[in-house]
Amino acid sequence: MMECNKLKRVDIIFCRKGFDLFEVVEKALSRDPDDLISDMIDSGLKGRGGAGFPTGLKWKLARNEEQDEKYVVCNADEGEPGTFKDREILDQVPEKVFGGMAICAYTIGAKKGYIYLRGEYNFLIPKLTEKLEIFNRSLKQIGLDFTIRLRSGSGAYICGEESALFESMEGKRGEPRNKPPYPTVQGYLGKPTVINNVETLVYAFMISRIGPEAFKEMGTKDSRGSKVFSISGDTPRPGIYELELGMTVEDFVNEFGDGDTKAVQVGGASGGCIPRKDFPNTIIGYEGIPTGGSMMLFNSSRSMYNVLHNYLEFFTEESCGQCTPCRVGCQQLLKGIESVKKGDRPPSYLRELVKLAKTMKIAAKCGLGQSVANPFVSIIKNYKEEIIH
Amino acid sequence: MTDVKKIINRTIREYGKERQALMPMLQAIVQVKNHLDDGDMIAVAEALNLSAAEVFGTASFYTFLDTEPRGKYIIRVCKTISCHMAGKDEIIKVLEKHLRIKVGQTTRDNMFSLLTVNCLGWCHKGPVMLVNDDVYPELTPKSAIEIIESYISRK
Ligand SMILES: Cc1cc2nc3c(=O)[nH]c(=O)nc-3n(C[C@H](O)[C@H](O)[C@H](O)COP(=O)(O)O)c2cc1C
Ligand code: SF4
Ligand code: FES
Repeated sequence: MMECNKLKRVDIIFCRKGFDLFEVVEKALSRDPDDLISDMIDSGLKGRGGAGFPTGLKWKLARNEEQDEKYVVCNADEGEPGTFKDREILDQVPEKVFGGMAICAYTIGAKKGYIYLRGEYNFLIPKLTEKLEIFNRSLKQIGLDFTIRLRSGSGAYICGEESALFESMEGKRGEPRNKPPYPTVQGYLGKPTVINNVETLVYAFMISRIGPEAFKEMGTKDSRGSKVFSISGDTPRPGIYELELGMTVEDFVNEFGDGDTKAVQVGGASGGCIPRKDFPNTIIGYEGIPTGGSMMLFNSSRSMYNVLHNYLEFFTEESCGQCTPCRVGCQQLLKGIESVKKGDRPPSYLRELVKLAKTMKIAAKCGLGQSVANPFVSIIKNYKEEIIH
Repeated sequence: MTDVKKIINRTIREYGKERQALMPMLQAIVQVKNHLDDGDMIAVAEALNLSAAEVFGTASFYTFLDTEPRGKYIIRVCKTISCHMAGKDEIIKVLEKHLRIKVGQTTRDNMFSLLTVNCLGWCHKGPVMLVNDDVYPELTPKSAIEIIESYISRK
């Protein structure tokens, strides 16, 4: 039996009522950092930026590093197609993001924090700068030696990848590094760094307020708590929704579909495409199909060839070009489906392309090149006819 | 002192002279001039004690750090899938017609450049475009032209 939940709305991320921000921070600072970390581990919170690494464990690894200089970085590069929740969180409840960073800084022993905001969100800078000034001052008053600063991106999706983001902050081309070493050992400027997604930091903050139990109660064994979803495409209700984790795609489509949903792309361009026949038995969560929150719905009027073509153009443009499997692979996949569509290549050529995508999964240096197979294989497998004809 | 020199000095005061100051410095120049020319990059390299090649190398990586001259207002229309389904092609078409340029070009009076970009993070409100840093979601062909006209009357 698969463990799943019914679709349920939740109000944790955007909720502002019932607590004072600084009381929550002060209370956390009065506790032993190890206790805070065990709460975080106990809550089951996993990273909301896509990769799903356990947040408490990440903090613990950084805490264990014996270094004077450590950093907390908030990943606000939000570039995955179909994702827009981090923008809304930073616009609506920025103080909760700062609060999560401050609590993290206290537990790992960092004095400096950075928010890396994508250049497309520059319009948020004046407001964030003003709020940060107030927040930094208040932190001083309660005696925490930690300052948060803002850094901007300049229009490169790859800079959302954590090591590329550090390179960019260091004034270099945003080219991902080899891993290991991981950021908790060598991150920004080679120092131990916790890098978390915007939403992860707000959950971390709220877990300090509501306790790990209340969080853990929601979701499933592998996917605790709730998550903010960015919903777009063929839906009568596009927008941002916080939902309990562990629902099936079927439940999701019943709520957000337009009655004619043929496929849902879960996790953005780098995620997977779920066809109608798999709606009932696919769980949205780490045990099924993981997502950074992007949910794009397609109805039967849409050509999945166009969808895949659009994704491949995206990857071809956004590949940093550093490694051959990804740089050449993306171009070949794009050219490949074009030539099958035109009839220059036989339909059997798609098999070669699927092999290429799978090779990229193994041979590419970072998550970008490794993920291209997700949309490619799932769309080719389920909509071969639409690709060929 | 030239504008660029002033910007460089101001960024050094705020961010220091380490290489970490490079992105903020290039961004601050682009904010004012909308692009970086060779002279700017050489000045930045000198100020931060980097080779010009390192500065060129970094700048050329980033879409928003343009090394080509652009108009006073850079229009960036999202071309990714949700905006595609919401009708971005039509928006691009009316903009091209209204401005009498193609995507990638700049108007003769150097007022507008028209570009396409990947997902801008407003997919639930597509089609969407940026004009410099300002966001315009839920575009229609009519509203897109009105927005452009409002920039023309601002001059
Ligand atoms: C190509 C690529 C793009 C990414 N973009 C983002 C992003 O925009 N925002 C984000 O939080 N994580 C992004 N990530 C994941 C980060 O590398 C990293 O795992 C994340 O920031 C960790 O935070 P979390 O544990 O709180 O999720 C991206 C990863 C890859 C491979
Ligand atoms: S996989 Fe692609 S994006 Fe990642 S390092 Fe290689 S070329 Fe760059
Ligand atoms: S697809 Fe256009 S803003 Fe995301």
